[in-house]
Amino acid sequence: MDWMIQTWQQLPVILQLAVKIGLILGPLILSVAYYTYLERKVIAYMHVRVGPNRVGPKGLLQPIADVVKLMFKEMIQPTKSDHYLFFIAPVLALAPALAAWAVIPFSDSLVLADIDASLLYVLALTSMGVYGVIVAGWASNSKYAFLGAMRAAAQIVAYEIAMGFALVGVLMAAGSLNLSAIVQAQSGGIHQWYFIPLLPLFVVYLISGVAETNRAPFDVAEGESEIVAGFHVDYSGMGFALFFLAEYANMLLISALTVLMFLGGWNPPLEIPPFVWVPGLFWFLGKLCIVAFLFLWFRATFPRYRYDQIMRLGWKVFIPITLIWIGVIGFVRVFTPYGEIFR
Amino acid sequence: MLANYLPILLFLIVSIGLGFTLLVAGKLLSPSKPSAQKNSPYECGFEAFEDARMKFDVRYYLVAILFILFDLEIAFLFPWAIVLDDIGVFGFLAMVVFLLVLVVGFIYEWMRGALEWE
Repeated sequence: MDWMIQTWQQLPVILQLAVKIGLILGPLILSVAYYTYLERKVIAYMHVRVGPNRVGPKGLLQPIADVVKLMFKEMIQPTKSDHYLFFIAPVLALAPALAAWAVIPFSDSLVLADIDASLLYVLALTSMGVYGVIVAGWASNSKYAFLGAMRAAAQIVAYEIAMGFALVGVLMAAGSLNLSAIVQAQSGGIHQWYFIPLLPLFVVYLISGVAETNRAPFDVAEGESEIVAGFHVDYSGMGFALFFLAEYANMLLISALTVLMFLGGWNPPLEIPPFVWVPGLFWFLGKLCIVAFLFLWFRATFPRYRYDQIMRLGWKVFIPITLIWIGVIGFVRVFTPYGEIFR
Repeated sequence: MLANYLPILLFLIVSIGLGFTLLVAGKLLSPSKPSAQKNSPYECGFEAFEDARMKFDVRYYLVAILFILFDLEIAFLFPWAIVLDDIGVFGFLAMVVFLLVLVVGFIYEWMRGALEWE
């Protein structure tokens, strides 16, 4: 073991970082691929169907087959489209969805970049995702794509505000922008996790997360039955695959953030054995799976919202709720002796 | 301190690079047989008879403006939320005044119907 550690330490920093980045990106992309498989299976079983079961045992190789198919599928470039933007848009959508994972703490020691402003960084990058959507819709120069992009952009920015306000509540409770510090502030058992004192913000954040990623029941941006697929209708092959990857990576990212900020991150629900024997990484991943499963469950359960209902929910319900709750937290903290509730 | 940001820079470069690599790989590995019909924009089966970049509803524009306002507000709230314990009553009341002004604007928008979609 010693010689391995020694050679590792002698490697140039850049190379070490490259290996670490690979260790995050590799499993991430693999889990994104299998998340799509899980989605098809879960929804199939909820519909009392079997789902994909032809490629490999139980259809387990289905995501691999999908990737290979998309890889060798012709990439159509519409004549009227804006060629450079059309090419760049999928990258603009994918890169922020992946890069945000740089600051996610997987356990108390497993974090690539432990920076002080990590939450701000995540917020900045998730806001970048909307550029991919707008650029794709504009560059395609097709009516469906254009309509889809307009809808998606307005919806994403509306829910971004509710999300931002929910984050402010978490910041007030934790007193830090560092994601690791936010998780550490929740240590000590399930009653310390922020979803209890910040319940309204937790609900708003989770639902905004679903709307932010344009998932059902908020998927009017790609509503199959009205505007076919929305902003990426003119993409095929690898261009389409990148949008797909970005969407699912974003869903996992929102799940991870929900776990970190409201569900105690890597902390076990009770600070007693046998819970403390399980490594923090497994608690984090387990909670992440549960939240990620919610996304699929929502899709199988709820009918699609109408667009005006979506905007009404975002502007007239979520923003007032979050504003009021921030005021309540501030008031209790400053003027009453019960400030410890929100900590 | 700044060294902490090196992994992030590298991660960004790798993510962008990965996106482009996948796209270029897809381009190289896939067949390319363009034809006039295939490369026409997706529509209902007719020739597209007008440009897709048409006039759009002004409300999208309004949403964008409102978003800038509220996003700025959040940017102001972030540092305030972190140091709330240190700035105490004065800091809290100052933010309440600021938020009240914004809430008055928000109520005005609401009453004027800027948030209505039908």
